[in-house]
Amino acid sequence: MADGPRACPSCLRRSWLLALLGPYVERIATGSPGSRAPELLRLSNEDLLAVAAPKVAGQLLARVEALAETHLQEELAAASCWASCRHGDLYPESLLDAPDAPWALIGRGDPSLLAGLEPVGGVTVVGARRATSYGREIARTLGQDLTRAGIVVVSGLAFGIDACAHRGALEAGATIAVLGCGPDTAYPAAHRSLWRRICERGLVLSELPPGATPWRWTFPARNRIMAALTGMTVVVEAAAHSGSLITADFAADLGRDLGAVPGPVTSRASAGPNNLLAGGACLVRDAQDVLDAMLGAGALRLDRCGPELEPALHEALMAVEAGATTADAVASALELPGAEAAAALARIEVLGYVSCSAFGIYTRTAMTSPGSPDV
Amino acid sequence: MLATVRTFTLDGIAARPVRVEVDVHRGLPGFTIVGLPDAAVREARERVRAALVNCGFEFPLQRIVVNLAPASLRKAGPGMDLAIAAALLSASGQLDWDLLPRTAMVGELALDGTTRAVNGALAIAEAAREDGAEAIVLPAENGAEAALVEGIDVVPLEGLERLSALAAGEWEPRRPAALPLQLGPNPGTPDLADLRGQPHLRHALEVAAAGGHSLLMVGPPGAGKSLAASRVPSILPPLASGEALEVARIASACGRLGAALSGGRPFRAPHHTISASGLVGGGNPPRPGEATLAHRGVLFLDELCEFRRDALEALRGPLESGEVTISRAGARQLLPCRFMLVAAANPCPCGRGEADPDCTCAPIEVQRYQGRLSGALADRIDILAAVRQPSAAEIGGAPGEPSADVRERVLAARERQERRLGPGRCNAEMTPAEARECTLGTAAASLLADLYARQRLSGRAHDRTLRLAQTIADLAGAETIGEAEMAQALQLRRRDRG
Repeated sequence: MADGPRACPSCLRRSWLLALLGPYVERIATGSPGSRAPELLRLSNEDLLAVAAPKVAGQLLARVEALAETHLQEELAAASCWASCRHGDLYPESLLDAPDAPWALIGRGDPSLLAGLEPVGGVTVVGARRATSYGREIARTLGQDLTRAGIVVVSGLAFGIDACAHRGALEAGATIAVLGCGPDTAYPAAHRSLWRRICERGLVLSELPPGATPWRWTFPARNRIMAALTGMTVVVEAAAHSGSLITADFAADLGRDLGAVPGPVTSRASAGPNNLLAGGACLVRDAQDVLDAMLGAGALRLDRCGPELEPALHEALMAVEAGATTADAVASALELPGAEAAAALARIEVLGYVSCSAFGIYTRTAMTSPGSPDV
Repeated sequence: MLATVRTFTLDGIAARPVRVEVDVHRGLPGFTIVGLPDAAVREARERVRAALVNCGFEFPLQRIVVNLAPASLRKAGPGMDLAIAAALLSASGQLDWDLLPRTAMVGELALDGTTRAVNGALAIAEAAREDGAEAIVLPAENGAEAALVEGIDVVPLEGLERLSALAAGEWEPRRPAALPLQLGPNPGTPDLADLRGQPHLRHALEVAAAGGHSLLMVGPPGAGKSLAASRVPSILPPLASGEALEVARIASACGRLGAALSGGRPFRAPHHTISASGLVGGGNPPRPGEATLAHRGVLFLDELCEFRRDALEALRGPLESGEVTISRAGARQLLPCRFMLVAAANPCPCGRGEADPDCTCAPIEVQRYQGRLSGALADRIDILAAVRQPSAAEIGGAPGEPSADVRERVLAARERQERRLGPGRCNAEMTPAEARECTLGTAAASLLADLYARQRLSGRAHDRTLRLAQTIADLAGAETIGEAEMAQALQLRRRDRG
């Protein structure tokens, strides 16, 4: 790879060392989940070994030092991966100001996406694995609209919000997934097809070498990379003590913008972002709010306005906005026969105002209607 | 001496002819039955011996051999007692009846000689007619059922002691009145009026019934899914008399004629722990399953996601073809099973649904649960209805429209379908070629094309939507599918995942 991204051998060996240290760090970093692992990762190789694996430190160090550069490059090539280190060209500038930035990034997919990650060029979308249909819909729309506006969407391939953000972004272009295991491993395994699509059309990143297995500590470590990569982190849904809030903490510590999507105050799934909003996070209702926060108000306008609705359809849309999630609820709320409610819902779904899940649950999309009061 | 009597054995729901040959000759006294009898047939020895003696006949103290021909066919059940007894009486010279070779006999004997009802008398009487018998002698309890069959004399017999009077011509029983076949539902059956509120669910039920479309209801426990499903037979059109006979034949073979004929179309709701052979039929000897019992009626699968995967997989073929083929080493059976599928499922393992903040299910659990649904049977389901807990006002409100009114509309829609597709067929059975021939208005066509482009519908989903739209148009009495009908169909169709 003469023209591709390059990494110096010492930085590469650091990645392999972290993979070797997986179980040792697991032992000392668990118990206080979250912040401990990234702190450890600030240490030099020798200090890290002394803290995590004092008994076998010399042995492990010798093993890593013995890895030849050609051997490392061969392993990367065998897994269709490449690497870029902090001394190289393609290493994202945004990571340089983080004290615990990874020495090397192992990637699989299109390295040119990293160039699009100038400090304002990307947004990290995170949230709960257990998300509601509201959260999923918002994450998908955010992913899609931001990508369409030329913003790279970064997330973590997890269940729920992460996957929806990736899927939405893929509908409009490329996306970056940061993993807590080697970039050649789909984790969770249920997202194998999504992982494959991102490898083909976007980019999968990790600080761990190919074949590395995930540990509990690698996820907060991955979160710190996600927070540092982009100029803004948006939390879509998260319970009060969710792991997604760790990413938000990292972003705030680094001085990055922090956004949160508001939710019902009674919803446990929205407690995290609602708390962030109370603490001064930027209010994110749609992609336009993100663009305003990153680029300045009005710098880039998104057109999400749908066509004019006839009165009957507008009423059906209002019913969905008021919390009717099934066709039956809409029919009852509007006191319509079932057939008419069904027809109205199908029409506003075709126009893009609502989406319907496989189990018949309707959710409002981010498309605004000309008749709604907010325009 | 040798005597032969015709009888029948039940194989699934079909009756197969059997000749009972009895030979009585001198030798060490004994009573042997040969010709692949099962345990119940072999025990006929004891019943026949006691019944003959208790009715005042003589049990010959000679060597008795009973052969059941054809010897390759497996004979099951106690229905051959009467034929064995009659043949034995004839062979030992105690009964002299010219008509005996042209008469079929079935019936179980009690020890005192009275006859007991057998299963499948309807199928047996039909098979006797096909076999060329002029009369069939059978237990009095089965008389009404056998009298449904035209073209054969039906002789109800209370006990073995009447046999000699019958043979001598001293006693001529009247042909019993044929069992009345109930084509429509009974007044006492559950009525759709019990479903209060829930306008969209009512609409989905009506469309499903009108086109014979399979229906899946998804919603939290207690929202009224089972209540709605049990009302589906009451809004289906009444059975045609030929269909009623098919239903009666199956019910008779399974010994549940009384239950099945209580309310027109059958309604079967097997529990989700049922095995594949319990659902589609099987076992050895093969027995009809729930799918066959639901023939011409409704098969309701509650908790669809909890059913065993192999059971649901086994149901796929029969749903498509309307019949089950059971192949065993000995024989092959074709069982009819044209039923309407109604299924219900919870939205997630805890039942509350993802939209409910109290749902405690992990995402992987929900994914696995919904995956179970999409795998096996989802392809065959046309309509999805999301059911929600009715509000207190709705539950306390006025009763809904009664079944009879809905049934009128369904019947009118079915008549339109039969005119277009041929007798007995409905929109759910349209082939893809027929579905593409539906006449679409321009607005409806552009609506469908719009969604097709936006959501990348599969070809199969496209056809399914057309079938649904056609049914809705039939309900509305429209010749072409208008925009409103197409929009309703798009809303009702089952969504592919995602």
